[in-house]
This record gives sequence, structure tokens and C-alpha cells, in this order.
Amino acid sequence: MSADQVLAFETDCHIFDSSHCGFPSPGLHSFVFEPIFSIGSFDFNKPMLLALLSTVVVVGFFWAAFNRPKLVPGKLQMIGEAGYDFVRRGIVYESLGKKQGEKYVPLLVSLFFMVWIMNLWSIVPVAQFPVTSIIAFPAGMAAIVYVTWMTLTFKTHGFVGGLKNITGYDKSLGAVLPMAVGIEFFSNVLVRPFTHTVRLFANMFAGHLLLLMFTIASWYLLNDVGIAYAGVSFVMVIVLTAFELFIQAVQAYVFVVLAANYIQGALAEHH
Amino acid sequence: MNPLVQLAAEEAENPLIPPIPELIIGLIAFAIVFIFLAKKLLPNINKVLDERREAIEGGMEKAEATQAEAQQTLEQYREQLSEARHEAARLRQEAQEQGAALIAEMRAEGQRQREDIVTAGHAQIAADRKAAAQALRQDVGKLATDLAGKLVGESLEDTARQSRTIDRFLDELEEKAEATR
Repeated sequence: MSADQVLAFETDCHIFDSSHCGFPSPGLHSFVFEPIFSIGSFDFNKPMLLALLSTVVVVGFFWAAFNRPKLVPGKLQMIGEAGYDFVRRGIVYESLGKKQGEKYVPLLVSLFFMVWIMNLWSIVPVAQFPVTSIIAFPAGMAAIVYVTWMTLTFKTHGFVGGLKNITGYDKSLGAVLPMAVGIEFFSNVLVRPFTHTVRLFANMFAGHLLLLMFTIASWYLLNDVGIAYAGVSFVMVIVLTAFELFIQAVQAYVFVVLAANYIQGALAEHH
Repeated sequence: MNPLVQLAAEEAENPLIPPIPELIIGLIAFAIVFIFLAKKLLPNINKVLDERREAIEGGMEKAEATQAEAQQTLEQYREQLSEARHEAARLRQEAQEQGAALIAEMRAEGQRQREDIVTAGHAQIAADRKAAAQALRQDVGKLATDLAGKLVGESLEDTARQSRTIDRFLDELEEKAEATR
């Protein structure tokens, strides 16, 4: 892979340089990569590679941990069980209950670990890119959740009942009923998948921009007296990396909690 | 502007519009994870987790059962022990009573035997004395008659007279003896 495929910013420019090339500020272009290879019009780029690597990491880890599980667990199995239990008990049982939720555990466990690992690439050296900051990846997963809970709504309540469930139809609202139904429909059916996607996407996008900002600045300032500024900037890189580590886990958690809540709402009696 | 940024600016339009190839790759990546976890790996671990829970619960149940059994055995043991104690006390009491009765019986028996012996001795003595007196009387009578015959020189053949005479004589002797006593 060339530098252009991996980094997406100009590396040979420094402050106080004779060339006066200016600060290569990060922006939308930082989220576009040169294809690693192309088949016809299909371009395989770095985010795709990292997405597939996430699959390898998640499946590989759980394969190693759970392929031959033992009654008395080894270290790896214990870690896997802790992670599995965190999602199963901490998220699914909490919002859906043990009996109702058991069916959706695999989906939500897959979602959590997939999102988390995709986020995690942001601070892994060389990778250093959160896959979820390309909106297609969170959108795909949010779409799966959307299809799941929409299907469940109509399966559980029938067509009319499902519509009532989604729109929060309630006769006691009286005159404001049409408005309430309209707002609820707009909010739940149209906006919800979008916010579900964008909440994750925007957090990772912004986090990556911040990291890029200070990382590029550290590099750009590394000349003459700028070294002092570069030091400050680099401290920010360290701090933000730690912060990102936290945000990545939180966003994965939020994404899955919301998915569980949507499913719960679809299964619940409308009120 | 460097060429890369220009290139990027051309491609990066709206970051909120998902590019289709990425969408497909993302879905494939997720589907693979989901299939592996849902079909194989999570059922695997669920089975083991259930087994483990059963093993723990089974072990606890077993321990409880063992404890209950031990408690029961202990109760039984104590009951038996107290029973045995009662039995022993009862036996001791009985033995004491029996011993006392035996001793009393033996004593009564001894008493009775002694009395028997004494009575028998008395009877024997009385009989002996009577026989001796009888024999003595006859002997004395014979001796007396013999002596009298020799003295008188004639045989007193009439035994009836003889014995009457002797008896009378002896009675007189006895009366004398009584009188002197």
C-alpha cells in the first residue's frame, strides 16, 4: 500500500518551510482513500479492508474462545464469556427480559462487537481509521436493525395494530391525535433509522477529525521552533486517543442499546 | 492544493450519502460475523453455560441432600443412644430387683431348710430316745428277770406276768426318778 492509500494527507510539508505549502488541514477528503485495487468499476479501499478485517477479528476471537468451550473455562474463554455476558445480561436482558430477549442475543452481540471493533481501528497503529466514519457501514447495520424491528412490529400486531404501535395512536389525545400520529410516524419510521446511523457515524467522524487534526499538526509543526508547538499537539494526540478509546466503546454500547429498545418497542403492547 | 486533495474534493461529496460498494461490503462483513456467532459459536457457549449452571446447582442440591441425610442419621443415632441408655438403666434396675428377690428367696429357703433339719433332728432324737428307751426297757427287764430268776431260782415263764411285773417296776423307777428331779 502506498502512503496515499493509507494516510490521505500530504506528508512532506512542514511549518517554516521554504515551499510555503501551508497546513494540510484534514477535511472530507481525509475520509476518501485511493483504491488499493480495482476490479472494473469496483474500487477496494482501506475502509473496506478494515471492515473485512473486523469480521476476521470478531469471528477469529469468538472462534478461539467458543469453538471448543469447556465447563471450566480457559483465559480466552473467560474473556469471551465476559464480553458475551456484558451484552446478553447488561443490554438484552435489561431491555427485553430474559425470555423475550434470548432470540435477539446473537444479533445484538454481533452488532456490538462488530461496531466496537470497527470503531477500534481508529487508534490501532497503521490502520488508524474508524470504519464507522464512512456512513455506509453504520447505515448497513442500522438498516438491519430497522428491518428487524419493523418486521417484528407488523408480525406482532398485524398491519393496523402495527401502524398504531409505531405512531403511538391513542384516542384519548382527542383533537391533537392527527398531529401526534403524524409526528410520531415521522419521528419513528423516517427519522429513527437516520439518527441511529448518524449518531454512530458522526461521533466517529468527529473523533477521527480531531485525532487527524492534532496528528497532522504534530507532524506539520515539527520544524524549527515549531517543535515546541508540536509537543503540545502531540500531548493532545495522546489525550484524544485515550478519549477515543472510551468513545468507541460508548458508541458501540449506545448503538446496541438503541437497537434493543427498538426491538422492545416493536414487541411491546402499544400504549 | 496538492493533487490528492483535489482528487478527494472531487470524490468526497456528501458524507451522509452512503456509497453503495461500502454498504455492500459492510453488510457482507456483518453477515459473516452474524452467521458464525448465531449458528455455531453462541449456541456452543450457551450449551456450556447451561451445563455449568446445572453442574453448580446439581452440586448444591447434592450437598443439601447429603447434609439432610447426615442430620437424619445424627437424629437417629441420638435416639438410639437415648433408647440404649434407658434400656441399660431398666436392665440394671431389673437386675437389682432380681438380685434382691433372689437373696430374699435364698434366705427364706435357708431358713426353711434349717428349720427342716432342726425338726428332723428333733424327731430323730426323739425316735432314737424312744427306741433306746424301748431297747433299754427290754434289756433291763430281761436282765432283771434273769437276775430275779437266778435269785428266786425259778424261771418265770409266763411272759405276760413277767412283763407286767417289769413294767410296774420300771414305772415305779420312773416315778421315783421324776420325784427326785
